[in-house]
Amino acid sequence: MSMRTPLKNVRSLGSAKDGTTHWWHQKVTAVALIPLFVVALAYVISLVGADYERVRYVLSLPFTSLILLLLIGITFYHLKLGLQVVIEDYIHSEIKKVVLLMLNSFFCAIVGLAAALAVLKLAFGG
Amino acid sequence: MVELALPKNSKVGTGKAHPKPEGAQKVKTFNVYRWSPDDTENPRIDTYYVDLDTCGPMILDGLIKIKNEIDPTLTFRRSCREGICGSCAMNINGTNTLACTKGMDEVDGDINIYPLPHQPVVKDLVPDLTNFYAQYASIKPWMQTQTPPPPDRERLQSKEDREKLDGLYECILCACCSTSCPSYWWNSDRFLGPAILLQAYRWIADSRDEFTGERLDNLEDPFRLYRCHTIMNCANTCPKGLNPAKAIAEIKKLMVERRG
Repeated sequence: MSMRTPLKNVRSLGSAKDGTTHWWHQKVTAVALIPLFVVALAYVISLVGADYERVRYVLSLPFTSLILLLLIGITFYHLKLGLQVVIEDYIHSEIKKVVLLMLNSFFCAIVGLAAALAVLKLAFGG
Repeated sequence: MVELALPKNSKVGTGKAHPKPEGAQKVKTFNVYRWSPDDTENPRIDTYYVDLDTCGPMILDGLIKIKNEIDPTLTFRRSCREGICGSCAMNINGTNTLACTKGMDEVDGDINIYPLPHQPVVKDLVPDLTNFYAQYASIKPWMQTQTPPPPDRERLQSKEDREKLDGLYECILCACCSTSCPSYWWNSDRFLGPAILLQAYRWIADSRDEFTGERLDNLEDPFRLYRCHTIMNCANTCPKGLNPAKAIAEIKKLMVERRG
């Protein structure tokens, strides 16, 4: 039986004075992803059946690269924010939570940057 | 980790079926969750048969009849029997609601009654709402002002400002919404839950309260406020027809608004 009062437990460490940035960024990235996905999907559909050289050429055009870089950056940022919420929701051991939050950040950064690098390589003709 | 299976001592077994009333024309079956801290038994479901010709129309009437005439050990909270005290909140056929305002005729077939979900059980249908009440206390649910009240009258509020409290002041803190919220199930130690956030907004929205900023400061937290993922169970289940999810959305809007 705890000797602390219920209010002591509820007030706990106090408000983090944070959370709005995370929530707002999640909403903004969600909205941004709608048109980006539509445009990216249109590119994919337009390239159905195209040969390798044609695909390379279209993906290296400045506008395509811009769209893809935005899509990749925003997708992985949105993914990082979303997975963070899932981990915070369900993982209640503090150590496990911190480790998973780190892995989440690393995963999103590495995979996102790798994808961006591929686009840049095409864009700059590497 | 998230609890996917019940612990062994929480598995609910089949309990006692009490005899049917003799000569009754219309009978309703009540399957009721029973658990007592006085023994080491697992929870069980007891079955009662209620003669509708000698019983009031509401589910609470049925429970009171069972307690009076069939089984005096059945334990539940009740007081006003008209949906204003919030005492008889329980899970009836899968939905949290007030037993006193839910008619027996609204339920097809058997009536299955459990305590409010995911709270410690004191006994039978009585949940331990200590944490819920402490969370309510933590939002300081009273008017806070720096300006002293006028010496000769009450603090005034325009008709329009008063209308902003409609849909908020009606909340009776029965805890149906909070205990229906999965986010509250997993994180009720840190997430305030829909009922308390609706109450918090009731004071944020009050034109006479001068501590709006401090109230928002207190809520600006990844867990206290932002565990709400707009699942909307709260609005679905509220026996008073209120919309806590909307109140939470209003708080989030104010959080963004005050940033610039």
